[in-house]
Amino acid sequence: MGEQEQKMILDARGSFCPGPLMELIRGIRQAKVGELIEVWSSDSGSRKDIPFWVKKAGHELVGVYDEQGYARFLIRKTR
Amino acid sequence: MKKVVILGGGVGGTIVANLLVKRLAKEEAEITLVDSTGKHVYQPGFIYVVFEGLNPGKLVREERKLLRRRVKLILGEAVRIDAEGHKVHLSDGNVLEYDRLVVALGARLVPEELPGFSEAANHFYSMEGAMKLRSALESFAGGKVVVTVASVPYKCPPAPSEAACQLDYYFSRKGIRDNVEIHFLSPLSRVFPLEPVNPVVEKIFGIHKIKSTTFFNVESIDLEKRVINSIEGESAPYDLLIMIPPHRGAKVVEASGLGDRGGWLPTDKYTLRVKGHPDIFALGDCTDIPVSKSGAAAHFEAKVVVNSIVADLRGEETAARYDGRVTCYCDAGYHKGFSMTFDYEHPPVPPPLSYRGWLMKMLLNKIYWLAIPSGRV
Repeated sequence: MGEQEQKMILDARGSFCPGPLMELIRGIRQAKVGELIEVWSSDSGSRKDIPFWVKKAGHELVGVYDEQGYARFLIRKTR
Repeated sequence: MKKVVILGGGVGGTIVANLLVKRLAKEEAEITLVDSTGKHVYQPGFIYVVFEGLNPGKLVREERKLLRRRVKLILGEAVRIDAEGHKVHLSDGNVLEYDRLVVALGARLVPEELPGFSEAANHFYSMEGAMKLRSALESFAGGKVVVTVASVPYKCPPAPSEAACQLDYYFSRKGIRDNVEIHFLSPLSRVFPLEPVNPVVEKIFGIHKIKSTTFFNVESIDLEKRVINSIEGESAPYDLLIMIPPHRGAKVVEASGLGDRGGWLPTDKYTLRVKGHPDIFALGDCTDIPVSKSGAAAHFEAKVVVNSIVADLRGEETAARYDGRVTCYCDAGYHKGFSMTFDYEHPPVPPPLSYRGWLMKMLLNKIYWLAIPSGRV
């Protein structure tokens, strides 16, 4: 990822309903192919949900980064 | 005299208007609410129009009658927000100036965004939709009923799973449950959006033979084959399709260049101030904050907005913050239900399914008009 590459940031920390995965799906639906989306989640379930859905929907999980009390999931929309 | 303009006469806008009038003296501020219809609609009741034959008239009141006398009500439509000039332009050419603006315009249903939706799908997210679905169910003799959402986000995330439970109860009462297959398609990894509550709902689905598929995000409807396809590559056939329509944010937000790509208003999830425009507040379904789009969220947010506006107009500092609180009531059919409360820091506690839980929801439906729009609770 280039330093200057734009990304859509979705702060879903503290979201139990609808939750970080729904925020990601919202972002993916709005994004253009090739665009990066970063979801911030404090929900431990996201570690399983998000990578699973990203793979199933055919997108690319660029990385998962641990921060204090939450994780950042970086995804590229590929289709 | 300071001017506060509120756009939208739903639950959030109405509470803000009434509480501001209560908190601010006549000489301090003029409170104006703009609403396009002048009718206040209790949307959680739509499901009972469908499944219980509720008279739709019971869900509508005149907005004027719910507002304190000092609130100036304008029946009109905002077409442009001039955030730099602190002005709102209405469709009739009038221009309203403001010191603080509150956007409480809700979500917009945009069925046209999914080709085939209008021809194939039924829903219960508008009065017309609820009446049409009621008729469709009355003449339905059996087959596959699919319940799902066209897109995310949508209002009241648990509503589709609640509808699946109501369908089971409805067809059982009608005596044709054995002829009906109910198939619930969830966009998420589970059938119920709230993870701690999911086992309760999965158990209900198991007992009542409601089939479910997870990770199903609708991509298209094949009208000829009567099949819906997902972006994950799966398909589901239907005889009767119940699908929550796609949603977008408010039109005026988009027209004013203030929304994100879905038309949702970028809003600080704690202060409820619109990002980059601290004199504009947003609450309820029209924002992009990561809580459920629901009347309950708007209700709790309204108190924060009121405290902040009162402090702003008096030149005081404010510590008012929205903590993400939402209360949710679900009717699982058979006079059973549950309710739960959660916020940004506290997940919901799995609730017991009970008669009392159902009664709580019925009670809210009754006391709403008396207790909520006024800001009494």
